[in-house]
Amino acid sequence: MLDSKIPVGKLEEKWVDYKGHCKLVNPANKRKLEIIIVGTGLAGASAAAALGELGYKVKAFCFQDSPRRAHSIAAQGGINAAKNYQNDGDSVFRLFYDTVKGGDYRAREANVHRLAEVSVNIIDQCVAQGVPFAREYGGLLNNRSFGGTQVKRTFYAAGQTGQQLLIGAYQALERQVALGNVTMYARHEMLDVVMVEGKARGIIARNLVNGELERYFGHAVLLCTGGYGNVFYLSTNAMGSNVTAAWKAHKKGATFANPCFTQIHPTCIPVSGDHQSKLTLMSESLRNDGRIWVPKQKGDKRKANDIPEEERDYYLERRYPAFGNLVPRDVASRAAKERCDAGYGVGTTGQAVYLDFKYNLINKYGKTEAGKLGIENPDLETLMRLGKEVVKEEYGNLFDMYEKITGENPYEVPMRIYPAVHYTMGGLWVDYELMTNIKGLYCLGEANFSDHGANRLGASALMQGLADGYFVVPYTIGNYLADEIATKPIPITHEAFEQTEKAVADRINTLMNIKGKQTVESFHKRLGKIIWEYCGMSRNEAGLKHAIAEVQALKKEFWSDVKIPGGIKEMNPELDKAGRVADFIELGELMCKDALDRNESCGGHFREESQTEEGEAKRDDENYAYVAAWEYKGESDWVLHKEQLNFEIAKPTQRSYK
Amino acid sequence: MEHYNMNLTLKVWRQKNASDSGRFETYPVKNISSEMSFLEMIDVLNEELIKEGKDPIAFDHDCREGICGACSMYINGRPHGPWQANTTCQLHMRAYKDGDTIVVEPWRANAFPVVKDLVVDRSAFDRIIQAGGYISVNTGNAVDANAIAINKDNADAAFAAAACIGCGACVAACKNSSALLFVSAKVSHLALLPQGGPERKTRAMNMVAQMDKEGFGACTNTGACEAVCPKEISIENIARLNREYMMAGVISDK
Ligand SMILES: Cc1cc2nc3c(=O)[nH]c(=O)nc-3n(C[C@H](O)[C@H](O)[C@H](O)COP(=O)(O)OP(=O)(O)OC[C@H]3O[C@@H](n4cnc5c(N)ncnc54)[C@H](O)[C@@H]3O)c2cc1C
Ligand code: SF4
Ligand code: FES
Repeated sequence: MLDSKIPVGKLEEKWVDYKGHCKLVNPANKRKLEIIIVGTGLAGASAAAALGELGYKVKAFCFQDSPRRAHSIAAQGGINAAKNYQNDGDSVFRLFYDTVKGGDYRAREANVHRLAEVSVNIIDQCVAQGVPFAREYGGLLNNRSFGGTQVKRTFYAAGQTGQQLLIGAYQALERQVALGNVTMYARHEMLDVVMVEGKARGIIARNLVNGELERYFGHAVLLCTGGYGNVFYLSTNAMGSNVTAAWKAHKKGATFANPCFTQIHPTCIPVSGDHQSKLTLMSESLRNDGRIWVPKQKGDKRKANDIPEEERDYYLERRYPAFGNLVPRDVASRAAKERCDAGYGVGTTGQAVYLDFKYNLINKYGKTEAGKLGIENPDLETLMRLGKEVVKEEYGNLFDMYEKITGENPYEVPMRIYPAVHYTMGGLWVDYELMTNIKGLYCLGEANFSDHGANRLGASALMQGLADGYFVVPYTIGNYLADEIATKPIPITHEAFEQTEKAVADRINTLMNIKGKQTVESFHKRLGKIIWEYCGMSRNEAGLKHAIAEVQALKKEFWSDVKIPGGIKEMNPELDKAGRVADFIELGELMCKDALDRNESCGGHFREESQTEEGEAKRDDENYAYVAAWEYKGESDWVLHKEQLNFEIAKPTQRSYK
Repeated sequence: MEHYNMNLTLKVWRQKNASDSGRFETYPVKNISSEMSFLEMIDVLNEELIKEGKDPIAFDHDCREGICGACSMYINGRPHGPWQANTTCQLHMRAYKDGDTIVVEPWRANAFPVVKDLVVDRSAFDRIIQAGGYISVNTGNAVDANAIAINKDNADAAFAAAACIGCGACVAACKNSSALLFVSAKVSHLALLPQGGPERKTRAMNMVAQMDKEGFGACTNTGACEAVCPKEISIENIARLNREYMMAGVISDK
């Protein structure tokens, strides 16, 4: 059933060959072809701009009031590209290899290689659009390093890289709107895919201002709707991030791949209380300059700055001398949890570790700056001051953000951090062309499962989103649409539109008529607790079985007791949220099912039953080197399809960062 | 930080939709922790309202970390509340003390009509960008990113201008509802980079024309915008915009 359509031939020639032989659509025919793009984050905005430029008629949708506000805006640290501007040994091959290894050998080689190839074009394109990446004094682009690699290949704009990249893509999109190639529908939420004769031919969307359901036709539909981290309730995702679009497609037949592969990011601001609505990331790039530690003594209540050097345990440097503080995210997160669970955690809750900048403020930056200025024997104060100036330029906004939330100044006292849900590697299954198993339905960006295997390396999601949108789908969609040029636009009065809209309306009515006692928010919180507890940083068979039962029970309770205020034909954020939470509940069950089925540890998926003697994740390549793609059959009923992964170049080995 | 709890009185603008005339409603809120964010405090109130069978307060928000530009509350007469260089979502309750009364309104400007309660329509900003807030380069046309060196000062200044989050606080703060700080930030971002050069002549003209068309008022240099901008966009950008505009005028006269 699943044909990944990976081109034959040598790994490094596949994409070039594909581009040389795929079908093309001539310019006159492009004008007759309509494409729906749901989502205007990096993946959706870049796709909308690129396809509009090619001459297709594009309709783009987002639920925020402007496409510029998509969650991609919040990305902080940077974007990878194999430019090798630093002359430190980087190459397309090395980026490919690091990404496959970082993903713990659960990604497709061909996709990852293509990603590494186009990474260089992304940087060129963004600079041409005016993205103000950080530069050196000589006027050339600067780079920083990110976890899981030993080269400096990350391009950045202070701690606001996502913002700058998205604004570039947004501007390109708005230019196409001005030219009439793209029509933008903001404050619209897609609530179903319309299928005609087995192909995706449109969507039903709800106008979030007046509550009306609207129908839209497209020769093809692209879902660029982001990740589902908010299934955990607390995550670093924006409040509106959701799985609804992907989930509706799943229920229409699109398989959902590796749902249990979620990424817990090691450096986030810890939970402060029950009122907490979301968590805030402190970019991984901070690990370049911050050292992570806990007190050597259990339950040490002294202030961080009062604990002397020799009484601190720099546990990442101790356990992983080769990578130290720069180990990949999954490894760093588990190590933090291990220390806190063992009683060494800090802060009021004991669920935090320190990320300390003092050492590098003084020794790395302070001394270098003093040297540049010719200051001999600078005192500590001078070194601190000089160091602070450099750190401010690199991460000023992150330090400010930390201080606003916690009321503490991280230049003076170490940050307290703890792992939090951040990214979802799983998503709709797509083939090499980014098409799901439904004809004409594509999925781009974080919403698909494609390139990161079981663990995403830092600074590679932005790269993937823009690769998919600017450089992959503009080629692959032509290969499909070339055969659609004779298809006339299907009128939205077609019975398929009629029926799909009716089903959407019925569900909304059902939700509104429950008139129960518990708020949507309270269900979401409870769901999040279950998933975090049993399908979070570590998982085991008994826990997962228990979680499945709990989620099923929660689902029943939701559908009989949820309370949604207001009406249908008006702006009603509670109703929007209710629909999303209902979908998260169903997804939560599938995540646990997938985690239960995968009885191995790999990347972010840590099964307690499968670990080495030292407590590291232990993969089982013999039995689990596949993509788990789940087909929806009915309520709580899924069938597993396996796409076997073949590693011809990057041979799987036990990952070691020691 | 020491934390404490407080009871507050909220006066919030309620307006069912664009055609409703709207009014203030008063709500007591209890046991608010100083560690909560302002929006988490509103979440607590909304949960209460829902339980009481009332309509919760609608407001725009998404990232809740000061970068998406969605949140937009006019708090005690100041966009985004009392803190400097801050968005509503980053405001934390330690800014208040027990017994305080807090008045919350939407952005008020003709070009930003109220949609519901605290939600306004800021699509005028998107249309201003459509008028020229971009560099016309199709995908695939780019030269190597390091082919053009850009002096670091210009790159940094372009970045500082590009940090604008499009929230509209500048408009809400201005007695004339001018959008000039927003427009000037975009014009500066692109004008400071060599890539933006070829379109300099038309960009400022077209964006300003669109701004006028949307019904934003004139700038009278009071600087209220700069004072409330969460991203500290400098009013120097307005001076730069004026220069760009003059230059464009001179050139198009020829
Ligand atoms: C705090 C944070 C920091 C990060 N930092 C980095 C980093 O430094 N480097 C890196 O590489 N990655 C980073 N990431 C990850 C990266 O930002 C995301 O994976 C990526 O931006 C996702 O882009 P996207 O285009 O796939 O989706 P998004 O940007 O999430 O966009 C989703 C779009 O879909 C729309 N949408 C969703 N559902 C619907 C619906 N039903 N109907 C209509 N529209 C819908 C939304 O309106 C939005 O426009 C970070 C993530 C977070 C949370
Ligand atoms: S200039 Fe400042 S206040 Fe105005 S929209 Fe931009 S960020 Fe907001
Ligand atoms: S919610 Fe995004 S800036 Fe406030």
